[in-house]
Amino acid sequence: MATTAAEGGSVELKGLAKTFRSPRGPVHAVRSVDVTIERGQTVALLGPNGAGKSTTIDMLLGLLPPDAGSASVFGRTPRDAVAAGAIGAMLQTGAVIRDVTVRELIAMMAALYPHSLDVDEVIDLVRLDEIADRRTERLSGGQTQRVRFAIALVCDPELLVLDEPTVAMDVEGRRAFWTTMREFAARGKTVVFATHYLEEADDYADRAVLMAAGRIVAAGPTTEIKARVGLRLIRATLPEPTEDQLAALPGVITAERRGDAILLRCADSDTAIRALLVQYPAARDIEITGAGLEEAFLELTADPQLDPDASPALVEAVVEATASEAGRR
Amino acid sequence: MSPRVAYLRFELIRTLRNRRVLIFSLAFPIVLYLLIAGPNKDEHSLGGTGISAPLYFMIGLAAFGTMNAMLSSGARIAAERSVGWNRQLRITPLTTRQYFRAKVATSYLLAIVALLALYVAGAAHGVSLPADRWVQMTALILIGLVPFAAMGIWLGHMLTADSVGPAIGGTTALFAFLGGTWFPITGSGFLATLAQQLPSYWLVQASRAGLGAKHPWGTHGWTVIIIWSVVLILLAGRAYQRDTKRV
Repeated sequence: MATTAAEGGSVELKGLAKTFRSPRGPVHAVRSVDVTIERGQTVALLGPNGAGKSTTIDMLLGLLPPDAGSASVFGRTPRDAVAAGAIGAMLQTGAVIRDVTVRELIAMMAALYPHSLDVDEVIDLVRLDEIADRRTERLSGGQTQRVRFAIALVCDPELLVLDEPTVAMDVEGRRAFWTTMREFAARGKTVVFATHYLEEADDYADRAVLMAAGRIVAAGPTTEIKARVGLRLIRATLPEPTEDQLAALPGVITAERRGDAILLRCADSDTAIRALLVQYPAARDIEITGAGLEEAFLELTADPQLDPDASPALVEAVVEATASEAGRR
Repeated sequence: MSPRVAYLRFELIRTLRNRRVLIFSLAFPIVLYLLIAGPNKDEHSLGGTGISAPLYFMIGLAAFGTMNAMLSSGARIAAERSVGWNRQLRITPLTTRQYFRAKVATSYLLAIVALLALYVAGAAHGVSLPADRWVQMTALILIGLVPFAAMGIWLGHMLTADSVGPAIGGTTALFAFLGGTWFPITGSGFLATLAQQLPSYWLVQASRAGLGAKHPWGTHGWTVIIIWSVVLILLAGRAYQRDTKRV
């Protein structure tokens, strides 16, 4: 085994790539993914369907051998980490095995691992007390997800991987789920979760990794990602200047006119608003809004087919070009 | 509880709770036996084999019922895969060996129950053998089921939950028919030659132990069983190793 002492305190994906064969030719599910996740971090993996999130997770868990690159979990191969009981995962499927009770299932899973949590502790942690003696085939969608969460937690993993964990949950269930996840992460655990829900990444992750068409298009603290594309929007009523004049203001990237109203996309809205008020004191009804992670996400993952070989820098350029195009309309 | 014991216990509990599996692997062969052997109760040498009809069909249907029990693991595996359970198990320390052992043990449990039920039915139809012949016959049947244990696991990991049912039904029917479950296959024609290369044929031939034959299988029988076992075990192992994708 190439791994030396388990000193690597992080989860690392290096140059990870996976191509599937299909009747319509090869599908490059994951092109080249590099991520380092420090111990104790909670990282969100975001992206539209087909972005390569689940394939990346499969490789991280050792379920799929990568075509190129490698994954390591705290200095070990995924397989070794799994054998040592260091990884717990909630995979992306809707059901659990039938003909057993919730408690029997959790107890059996606990017995498979070298140092698992107490079964009652897990049942308590995931709030399964009321359904612990129910057969798994008689659970609702949300209850099933909680059981699957319990299965992921029972081995007391160092790395917890959750692939779209809240899909079948209602709002209440979702909130309870994330509360539990936070409690668990607070024990110094590393968490990676894939999600469609941007507010989840915004609320619960330290960092976000945005994927599109098998590549990482942005990665960093969620606040930084917002800032990167994010921009802020200044709306105001100002009949006079042309779009070109407005776009020339410092801090403004594009300007758009809608009748008497103007819309400025700003990289630096503080500078832009000062300049705007100095040059055009007539501006009124001023509104400044921050672009949410959702907008950042849409911009970054927009039309990933545009140029599959685009590097993140190129994607940004494309985003800017698209933005200015929108500005001219 | 050790992982091995915990997982085995879990598999057994789940299998015994699934009543449909129990009913089909038990009731079906018994009913067929009553229908076929009943009217031929007094036939002492079926088709010139020298074997009485109640004994021949007892073993024939035991072969059918136990084959079905063995292959039914394929249906269970395919159903487990369809909910992603197989992938979930992959990310536990459970080893391939522990997984296989539990699957095979569960299949054998069902097969033994089916076998005993047919022995009781056979005895009720006048099959009466010395104890050592019952033992030898049973041992041969259990050995002859090894290829089918592997085949069940193999099919379960190759097929989807939708297609596994017909596949298992068809496979059992084909092996049962060509193995001589429904009527003795004798002579030296093409059918007989083909039959002798199948493990199901030798499963049925275990009934010769009931007649006191010292070596009911002979070298040919043992060779066929061993080759099928080795090939199917390798196929099953490979299918399991490769079966990590989302279904």
